[in-house]
This record gives sequence, C-alpha cells and structure tokens, in this order.
Amino acid sequence: MLSHIRTLCLVFLHLFRKKATIQYPEEKAYLAPRYRGRIILSRDPDGGERCVACQLCAVACPVDCIALDGTEDEHGRRYPSFFRINFSRCIYCGFCEEACPTYAIQLIPDFEMAEYNRKNLVYEKEDLLIDGEGKYHGYNFYRVAGLAIKNKDKGEAENESPPVDPKSLLP
Amino acid sequence: MDPTLQSVLLGLAVLFVLLHLAGFLIWVERRLLALMQDRLGPNRAGPFGLFIIVADIIKIFTKEDWTPPFADRPVFVLAPAIIMITALLGFTVVPFAPGLVVMDSNIGVLFFLAMSSMGIYSVILGGWASNSKYSLLGGLRMSAQMFSYEVFMGLALMGIVILAGSLNLSDIVEAQRGMWFVVPQFVGFVLFLIAGLAESHRLPFDLPEAESELVAGFHGEYSSMKFGMFFVGEYMGLTLISALIVTFFFGGWLGPAFLPPVVWFSLKTAAFIGFFILLRAAIPRPRYDQLLAWGWKYLLPLSLLNLVVTAVVVLVRHG
Repeated sequence: MLSHIRTLCLVFLHLFRKKATIQYPEEKAYLAPRYRGRIILSRDPDGGERCVACQLCAVACPVDCIALDGTEDEHGRRYPSFFRINFSRCIYCGFCEEACPTYAIQLIPDFEMAEYNRKNLVYEKEDLLIDGEGKYHGYNFYRVAGLAIKNKDKGEAENESPPVDPKSLLP
Repeated sequence: MDPTLQSVLLGLAVLFVLLHLAGFLIWVERRLLALMQDRLGPNRAGPFGLFIIVADIIKIFTKEDWTPPFADRPVFVLAPAIIMITALLGFTVVPFAPGLVVMDSNIGVLFFLAMSSMGIYSVILGGWASNSKYSLLGGLRMSAQMFSYEVFMGLALMGIVILAGSLNLSDIVEAQRGMWFVVPQFVGFVLFLIAGLAESHRLPFDLPEAESELVAGFHGEYSSMKFGMFFVGEYMGLTLISALIVTFFFGGWLGPAFLPPVVWFSLKTAAFIGFFILLRAAIPRPRYDQLLAWGWKYLLPLSLLNLVVTAVVVLVRHG
C-alpha cells in the first residue's frame, strides 16, 4: 500500500521533470559525426572522383541497393559511368563504406530525405557526388597506388617502388 | 421561473457541458499522461494541441459503422446508449451549487447507486451481443467486478448518510459546513474512491477491456460512434465519480466566498479527475483474482466495520 502511494507521488513529480521529447522540425537531435545517414560519393583533394568502379560496395550491400558500371577515361583511369543508389531499399548499414578501398562512398549525418514519390528516392551519380572530400581528408588513392601512364607501368617511374604482388605471400 | 422549466433548462445545460467536457477530457488525459511519462503529448494541432479533439471527433464520425454479422443486432446497438444514459442520469442528482440541481431528490444517493448499477448492463450487454470470445470475457469480468465493488460502494456511503441524516445530496453538502466528511469518514472516502474507480472501469481496474489480454474486451467489436459512445460514457463516468466524491466527502460547492459555489465545485471535481488520470499513469492493473479477493476479503469487511463504528459513534454522541 505504501509503495502505491510512493508510486503516485513519484509519477506526480514527473509532471514537472524535463521532457524527453525533441520537437523535431524546430529542435534537432544531435547526430554524431560518424552517424550513418545519407550516402555520398566524395572527391579526392585534387578534385577528381575517388570512385574507381570496383563494385565492392555493390557486392557488400546486403540489400543490393547499389548499382554501378565502370568505364575508363583516356588515361586508363577507371570511374563509374553511372552510379545509382536506391534509398528506398538502403538500410544504412555502412558496409559499402567499409568495403570501399578509396574512401569514395561515405555515409554522412543526414537523414532528412523523405519524398512523396518513391521514385525520387533513387539517387543518381549527380545526386550523390559532392565537391568535397567528405570525412577523410587528404587521401588520393592514385597517389598511394600509382598509375600506369604511357610507356611506363606502375612503379617504373622515378622514386617509385614496384607494386606489391597481391597473389604472393613474400614481402 | 417555473421550477419544471428551470429543471429542464438546467438539464440541457448539464448535457451540453458534459458532452463537451467528455471531448475535452480526451485531450486533458492524453496531455497529462504524456507529461507524467516525461513526454509532451499532442501539442501540434492548434493552441496546446486542443484541435486534436476536433480531429478525434471527425475521425470517429467518419469511420465505418460496422455491425458484425454474428452480433445480436438490437442489443448491440442498445448497449452503448445505456452507458451514456445512465451516466447522464446519474448527474441529475448532483448539486452544482445551492439550488442548482436538476432533480432535488430525497433519495439522491440511492438514485445514483441505482444508475451506476444500471451502467453495468451496457458493458455486459455489449460484451454479450458482440458474440465473440474476448468481448464475452470482458463482459463477464465486468459483471463480477461490478458485483463485488458495488456492494461496498453503497456501504461506504452509508457512513455519510448516517452523519448527514439524509439521502438528499444537497443536505449532505450542507451538513459539511463545519467539517468536510473526508475527515470523519476517511476510510469511507478511500473505499468509495476505490469502488468508484472500479465502477468507472478505468485503468487500474480496467479488467473488462484490458488491452493487453482481452484486445479491447467488451467493446472489441464496436467501431465508429458506437465505440465513441463507450468512450464518452467512460469519461462521463469518470466525471460523475469525481463529482460525487467531491459532493460526498469534500464539501461539494462549499468553499471560501471569493469564488462562486459552482467554481468551487468545478475546481474540486477537476482536481479529482486529475487524480484519476494520475492513478491511471501510476498504478498497474491487478490480476483478476487479486481484484476480487481484495473486494471481498478486505474492502467489504472494512466498509462494514466503518459503518458500524460510525453508527456507534453517532449513537453515543446523540444517544
């Protein structure tokens, strides 16, 4: 009986407590820097696309919401000819970001992408590609991996060491 | 003015106020419950979310009014009306201010008890006519719960009747000029509060409709405004019980003179409605056997004891 009265008092005091509700459109919840929200494609510090169309993100995606196809420019540098993410399927797991070898695909703290028309949730490459570097600054995949140019393969230019053979266990 | 005409006008005014109050209470309850649970509740539509009432009413009127093919149609339609009628009739004996009472009856207490007993028919018939298992179980529970709690509800009031020496509610209020009956009749007050809570089948005692076990209990098959009638009837029952607790135990319209009697009455009633909402937010639903055991094993003997002690004290004093 006493515990019931105590319950009543405590619940009554909760009337005057600070409320847990965040009144969304006016107030916004804090999103951590590594919050997994909308997916973007970033550029390297020199302004080129980071994506090399390796398909690893599409393979890693558990709901198969990423579709892309690769092509090469005149220097033999690969880039996606189209890159499409269906956000009505995406579950924001971040596996694509983990799979990406070039930091191209990234999830950013933004979830406000509601649409009235379901088709509008299919984002094309021009919707995904941003001008900046996203979360990882100063990284350029080709500066690290090297790039074959005319008459010179990877590692044959000055101050370059030959690339690691990924099929061998030897150092 | 002609007393009959005055009664009719007052009755219409009470009807008007009560129906609006029932709608208003939907909002009050949702907001208060939310605040007690550290939420905000409906606060978007209109000032303080008040337009949620309008939205609710529009919604409930435009829903499909469906009668199940297996239901007992006449009874099914009749049941929700009964709860409204009995709750409204219960208000006819409540004095809102000196002379401001629809039916100044000499058997006011008995009339109220009769009306609240009649209200059970609504739930039982609704549960029976729905012809589905959950509804029937809800109706069954209601009948047992009411039967158990009705008994000492009346007995709890008898202490008041002995002290006031009248069954007329206006006289009972007048008898509290010196001291509110909650002081000499505290046990009676607690008993009446519990019984009234069971009578209005609200949350700690909402076993007839227990959402987590009986889906919606007796009104599980009801839709649209038929369900709305049950809903409004429940709020009216809540208001009625609050008004009667105030009348019987908290001096009705009596209060310091700087506010008119009707305002005092309304304020006290509102406080008790708030208290009932607090009970809903705080207390969990008892098990069914616990409920009945409490009623018969503790509360009924306690009310009998209260009655006997009160009678003896009054006899010794005036003997």
